[in-house]
Amino acid sequence: MLDVEVPASSARAIDARQPIISARQVTQIYKGGSAGAVTALSNVGFDIEQGELISLVGPSGCGKSTLLRILAGLNRPTAGTVELHGRPRLEPGPETAVVFQQPILLPWRTILENVLLPIEFRELALPAYRTRAVELLASVGLDGFENRYPHELSGGMQQRAAIARALIQDPEILLMDEPFGALDAMTREQMNLDVLRIWRESRKTIIFVTHSISEAVFLSQRVFVMSPRPGRLTEILDIDLPFPRSLDVINTDAFGRYTARIRGLLQAIGDVSS
Amino acid sequence: MTAVDSTPFPSARSAPPTRRRPVIANWARLMRRRPEWTITPALVVLMIAAWAFVTHVFNVPEFVLPRPEAVWSALVEGLSHGPTDAGGYWYHAGITIYESLAGLVLGSVFGGLIGFGLGSSQLLERTFYPFIIAFQALPKVALAPLLVIWFGLGFDGKIYITAIITFFPVLVSAIAGSHAVDPERLDLARSCNARPSQILRKIVIPSALPFLFAGLNVASALAVLGAIVGEFVGARAGLGMLLIQYDQAMQIAPLFAILVLLGVIGFAINYAVRVAERKYCFWAQRGRHAMAASH
Ligand SMILES: Nc1ncnc2c1ncn2[C@@H]1O[C@H](COP(=O)(O)OP(=O)(O)OP(=O)(O)O)[C@@H](O)[C@H]1O
Ligand SMILES: [Mg+2]
Repeated sequence: MLDVEVPASSARAIDARQPIISARQVTQIYKGGSAGAVTALSNVGFDIEQGELISLVGPSGCGKSTLLRILAGLNRPTAGTVELHGRPRLEPGPETAVVFQQPILLPWRTILENVLLPIEFRELALPAYRTRAVELLASVGLDGFENRYPHELSGGMQQRAAIARALIQDPEILLMDEPFGALDAMTREQMNLDVLRIWRESRKTIIFVTHSISEAVFLSQRVFVMSPRPGRLTEILDIDLPFPRSLDVINTDAFGRYTARIRGLLQAIGDVSS
Repeated sequence: MTAVDSTPFPSARSAPPTRRRPVIANWARLMRRRPEWTITPALVVLMIAAWAFVTHVFNVPEFVLPRPEAVWSALVEGLSHGPTDAGGYWYHAGITIYESLAGLVLGSVFGGLIGFGLGSSQLLERTFYPFIIAFQALPKVALAPLLVIWFGLGFDGKIYITAIITFFPVLVSAIAGSHAVDPERLDLARSCNARPSQILRKIVIPSALPFLFAGLNVASALAVLGAIVGEFVGARAGLGMLLIQYDQAMQIAPLFAILVLLGVIGFAINYAVRVAERKYCFWAQRGRHAMAASH
């Protein structure tokens, strides 16, 4: 249903050999909570290549959001380093855009104004981006909703608007934190197809956090499996299913083996949900 | 061809008995939908009738409770003078309205600015909050005599006392509002490299508007109070001064007429605030209605 192309990020003269993200021994300790200090992440390290689509699965509270926030520059890790293109990530920057678990649309702004919010913050030329925003909204199936207010949209539509708001920043890296957690299964499948399409057309690097094992396998080239408290990266799984993927892939044996393997891993580390 | 207009044979469908019911049903629906335009005025009429009944039947003395028609004629007489005539109500009402509005604007602008300023800095807020609490506990009307000594019998003292009274509810609601921002909205802004001033303008202040308007609502009700108290203490003009004069002369009917005027003025100022709220906070109101409907 969605076929407006999403252009790739402009001019990237980057050495293809260098990972776009590299994390080394990242540790995050939250101090001063009611439970005292919480070690949310412990010695997490990985490399991610340009253009990869990666899912992050793990039980609730294992530090997935924390890791994403560190990549987004919203959190400073307590120890360890995160580098983008070999430069340390110390604060948010235009390289990343985040799709949060909730749409977080501002209720006093129309959908179009919401999508343009990052452009206003970055003080870019609004008129030029207005056309782009309308295109992006159409590409996520929201044509005709530009001047509606968020409460007039369904949950799935709001999350689409949030994706458009991330895409308008044209980030190299799209960080998605359980963006479809609140959606029903059918809407969710449709949104997954949208993510694959956006990824295929834009060649962005996407890091996708999810609770759902099958969502992780369906979407990604690699699945990062995390263990709870303190959050560690226990396994990195390559998913060798061919792209482009359609929903049919879910019924294949290979798909079943991958989900079983991840489920086994999660059970071994003490989480039997999903 | 006007055959359609004058149907010679009324059909069974438009028989008289069925015609009356919809009218009653319409009234009932209107009353349920818009009680403020139907039931409320009816109650006002009822109360005036009760008032008239009591004063006439029990012969209540004029200086205890004047009859409604006496109050009405005092009101009509007072309003028949031109706005520049100090012998009529328009002149004094204009002065009181001016003092109330100027004080309200002054108090809320400062309350809002200082509130958002304090709300955006832990250090400032924690430093100044004890002062705010101490000052809030003080009955501000007690300052009125002092302000009249400082600023004399003119408008200024009344504007300042109104400003002081209206300042606090707006200040406190602005502080509360600036803390009520959903932290996720702040994360969103930070993830887009928003500067603090942008976050304040585009996220914090709009998010705090429902709180701010709650404060403004209270402040608008206090605005007339401030002006009247100021005029009680000492003034050359204004409805508060008229009240004192009529009171001393035991002219109770015009005193009631002034009370009616004050009620109308207070209502109008509060109504203006509500209209502004509906305009600038439409999104919050809608949420409230949606919530009410879902219960
Ligand atoms: N701001 C914070 N202050 C204190 N502790 C926190 C904070 N944020 C997260 N934590 C703790 O850190 C741990 C990891 O939290 P995080 O939100 O990263 O988990 P998650 O994997 O995203 O969980 P979920 O799947 O439920 O979203 C949890 O134990 C949580 O209680
Ligand atoms: Mg999370």
